[in-house]
Amino acid sequence: MGLLKEIGKYFIFLGRLFTNRESFKTHYKLVIDECLLIGIDSILLFVLVSTFIGAVSTVQTAFNLVAPYIPKYVISQVVREMTVLELAPTVMAIVYAGKVGSSMSGNLGTMRITEQIDAIEVMGINSINYLVLPKIIASLLMYPLLVVISGVCALTGGYLVGMITGILAPTEYVYGIRYLFNDFTITFALIKAITFGFLVASISSYKGYYTTGGALEVGMSSTKAVTTSVIAVLLADYVLAQLLLSPA
Amino acid sequence: MIEIQNISKSFGDKQVLRSISGVFEKGRTNLIIGASGTGKSVLLKCIVELIKPDEGLVFFDNRNFTESNRHEKIEIRREIGMLFQGGALFDSKNVEENVRFPLDMLAVMPRDEKQDRVNLVLNRVGLQNANKKMPSELSGGMRKRVGIARAIVNSPKYLFCDEPNSGLDPQTSILIDELIQALTADYDTTTIVVTHDMNSVMGIGDNIMFLYQGDKLWEGSKDNITHSGVKEVDDFVFANKVMMAMRKENT
Repeated sequence: MGLLKEIGKYFIFLGRLFTNRESFKTHYKLVIDECLLIGIDSILLFVLVSTFIGAVSTVQTAFNLVAPYIPKYVISQVVREMTVLELAPTVMAIVYAGKVGSSMSGNLGTMRITEQIDAIEVMGINSINYLVLPKIIASLLMYPLLVVISGVCALTGGYLVGMITGILAPTEYVYGIRYLFNDFTITFALIKAITFGFLVASISSYKGYYTTGGALEVGMSSTKAVTTSVIAVLLADYVLAQLLLSPA
Repeated sequence: MIEIQNISKSFGDKQVLRSISGVFEKGRTNLIIGASGTGKSVLLKCIVELIKPDEGLVFFDNRNFTESNRHEKIEIRREIGMLFQGGALFDSKNVEENVRFPLDMLAVMPRDEKQDRVNLVLNRVGLQNANKKMPSELSGGMRKRVGIARAIVNSPKYLFCDEPNSGLDPQTSILIDELIQALTADYDTTTIVVTHDMNSVMGIGDNIMFLYQGDKLWEGSKDNITHSGVKEVDDFVFANKVMMAMRKENT
């Protein structure tokens, strides 16, 4: 019953995003600010994490594919599929929830407990529209971009480690990356990125917006924002895979 | 003028306000007083509907706020200025941006005019050189004054102050009280101040409502609060040693 009530409250929260809207000019400035916060500040972390994930995936795939009749380019083909379908959009969404989601929740939670949200509401401004909508729009714009960067970095990481350690030659690696490439996987990864960007931003904002209490509760809201976002991302990952990749 | 009729509010099993009614007059400083935990701030937030009351009606100059639709409520809210207990300044904006915020969001006027208005109200609250300071650089009293400047920048018809003196030294408290009283007179606002500070009560209490455990027990002014004849009011008023000494002196 509590879960249903919470889901209902979340959808009412989403509905309030679009009532009593502020002007495009106001939102434009806020969205740019949020894009800088969400996107630019996260690039370094994403580049680092995805490069290492790509490198490790290459080494581990090579370790498992030991049969002499399996061509070496299969390693990079496997790394490509893993990266495009799962590592870049889904695993990075977990990193994204930890960095951006917790920050969004903490920011709104602090605004709530210090009555800054009340100050906005009492002026007759829809605080959800003013504070949350720019975060969600920025997340919808920036997360797919981060996923693309992530994918490129992971594949580059694999290339570099293959070349440095001699697991496979650069030409083999590039051949494997291009071998039997299905461009729908890119579309699928971007659909996932948009979905996950929305889920992380909206769930984290929801958790932060309804924080009650003090500093301790702001921390708890951030933790809940991350865990709930991660669960929602994994659930949505399965649903999307079933809907868009299922052979039946 | 603001009128409240039978406002009640419960949180779970705990009834915080029981059928509170009263009238807050225009151009006067109306105080809601009482000990901590008696529901003063809850009543203030019920009036502006930051907390939805369980029962009761609120009228702003005979306009039924409680039963208004969303757009009517927004219109009334745009006539409200509110000072919150901690100032509620936006951490990411400097003093000037904080004060200009209601104008940026609600007013249609050239940027220069907005800037003049911001400088005028900052000057009015005695913060003429603090435009570019961030909230974290301000003292408690300065934060309150910036909060007041933000509340009055849009020339509100109704001014609400939630514990404007909390956490301030007696001298700064008096300055803030005098400022609220002067602004009420200058802008002819209906001002409601929630406080438990007896200095404020005796200084600016034109019209006082005393709450005790969620009930309205007494209503009057600073002139008759010392001889209200209500035990709970006396206990509250004369808990202050200065007031107690004054009473002994008089008797």
